[in-house]
Amino acid sequence: MYVAVKGGERAIDNAHRLLAEERRGDPGVPELSLAQIEQQLALAVDRVMTEGSLHDRELAALAVKQARGDLIEAIFLLRAYRTTLPRLGVSLPLDTAAMVVHRRVSAIFKDVPGGQILGPTFDYTHRLLDFELAAPGSLLAPAGVESGGEGDRGPAPLPRVMDLLDREGLIESEPPSEPGGQVGDLTREPLTFPARRDVRLQNLARGDEGFLLAMGYATQRGYGRNHPFAGEIRHGEVAVSLAPEELGFAVEIATISVTECQMVNQFKGSSTTPAQFTRGYGLVFGAAERKAMAMALVDRALRVRELGEEPASPTQDEEFVLSHSDSVEASGFVQHLKLPHYVDFQSELVLVRDLRAAHGTGAASAAPDGR
Amino acid sequence: MTTRYNFAYLDEQTKRMIRRAVLKAVAVPGYQVPFGSREMPLSYGWGTGGVQVTASVIGPDDVLKVIDQGADDTTNAVSIRRFFARTTGVATTTSTEAATLIQTRHRIPETPLREGQILVLQVPIPEPLRWLEPREAETRKMHALEEYGVMYVRLYEDITRHGKVAQTYEYPVMVDGRYLMRPSPIPKFDNPKLDRSPALLLFGAGREKRIYAIPPWTRVKSLDFDDHPFEVEHWDRACDLCGAQGAFLDELIVDDKGGRLFICSDTDYCARRRPAGEPRPGA
Repeated sequence: MYVAVKGGERAIDNAHRLLAEERRGDPGVPELSLAQIEQQLALAVDRVMTEGSLHDRELAALAVKQARGDLIEAIFLLRAYRTTLPRLGVSLPLDTAAMVVHRRVSAIFKDVPGGQILGPTFDYTHRLLDFELAAPGSLLAPAGVESGGEGDRGPAPLPRVMDLLDREGLIESEPPSEPGGQVGDLTREPLTFPARRDVRLQNLARGDEGFLLAMGYATQRGYGRNHPFAGEIRHGEVAVSLAPEELGFAVEIATISVTECQMVNQFKGSSTTPAQFTRGYGLVFGAAERKAMAMALVDRALRVRELGEEPASPTQDEEFVLSHSDSVEASGFVQHLKLPHYVDFQSELVLVRDLRAAHGTGAASAAPDGR
Repeated sequence: MTTRYNFAYLDEQTKRMIRRAVLKAVAVPGYQVPFGSREMPLSYGWGTGGVQVTASVIGPDDVLKVIDQGADDTTNAVSIRRFFARTTGVATTTSTEAATLIQTRHRIPETPLREGQILVLQVPIPEPLRWLEPREAETRKMHALEEYGVMYVRLYEDITRHGKVAQTYEYPVMVDGRYLMRPSPIPKFDNPKLDRSPALLLFGAGREKRIYAIPPWTRVKSLDFDDHPFEVEHWDRACDLCGAQGAFLDELIVDDKGGRLFICSDTDYCARRRPAGEPRPGA
């Protein structure tokens, strides 16, 4: 019996071997390649990149493969790798108006300059299992599809719907950032409260999709309602530019795929300031649209303080939301309960046995009801 | 895609940032210093805070011991020891006396620590007031104002309900008469070892991003009342393996008829007290 607590070293080695075996599954089935994951499980890769805070499709695909499809585990793998990377610089803000758009919808105007572009979406699919997909070779793209991509963009950038509202003063201007101010980085500095919006947005972008979805949903059901309209959702490629000090001008260093969601929310106004709509913002890597929308709802909910609203719900409580949004932190702390707690439990046993013995003899001066 | 990692995994910039936090923690005993905790290659809750502190203070000449629940051979202790063996190449030991640096979860070794040793404790929740006040913004204010009345009230409520303080682990302490501190989930049995310890005690909470410290020879007092003095657990029996009296005992259930074995939780201490080659009772 006592032997059971020994042999940790061998047990770990064996566990790793078993894990490798399970990961491979039936050797009669061909092994997944990273390219297959990246191409055919693209939304899994997008989620891992978004919550892993690292735009690298190949590494994200590797993480998905290594994690056996457990996306939270894959996010963790990517984060742990990201930590070890040096910071070479800070890019200029992305110009999403200059995005090469694959999808662009606005729910507030029937038509907008540049038009509505449905793009590749599940939205109007009928969720019927497509048994034809079960047969190999069926994933080939049907011929003659008009791509909603680059061809549609035209030479001019696609103006953002929010900018059109802004021009008329109907929506609050993007809250000005401090001139020359640096953007916070939660992966370098610990989160403190009250948190600035840049830090809150970073936290939400890294936050667990399921958690944000539930929080965003809760705001819609009345827990911190903020009357959202999907002003614009756009997905496509944007350029990342860096302006190294020694150069004095910006250079384009990469193109990344992002989805941006701008919510138009509850208007504000008073006797001194005319009514204006307010903003909620979401930005994620890839086509993680559900996450971007949920993020925008929660961003708006967390702006209670700066908009002078009375926080009444957990969704508006930045300490509650920001402290519990991270899947890697949450997953670790919940699951650490399976680590040995023999010592603390033994202490509790000693106490409870003591209290029970004292209860029987009336030795304790305690109130009889106990707890 | 092979990558080589720095000595003790963390890059030197990160180590420097953590050492600064450690220095501040040593300068203000018991105060929780926020630090830019990194994402480590092991799970939050498995000792990421302790691992970061160890990684930033360990040097090539250190001799490392890692324990979990007092034991050198529990899986997580094995895993963390291997991590450092792999990333630093330092000598490892199970001997409390031979170690210069000890990382631990939930216990302080029975063998008294000596001057020059560093004990790194893994901390899940650093804030002693957390169960009484969930908000960090609020608890930081309470520490600043030394507003610790609620903790005494909580202990008093235990006494009215149970006749004694019903807190058995992470029992709150006052450090150097100033900061209320949660000594990580060590059993209160180990609390007296914190007081005027010759060794430097460092506490690392990775997920919560806090480091705190008890420098050598600092006064550490477990909270109590004049008429209800602090007391530790005791067992009416000795260790079934080594016969130790007054050590912290683990309870093992050895059959389905309620058979129990009580053995030292500190495996190094227990092994040293047993003559070599003696068969283990119950094995």
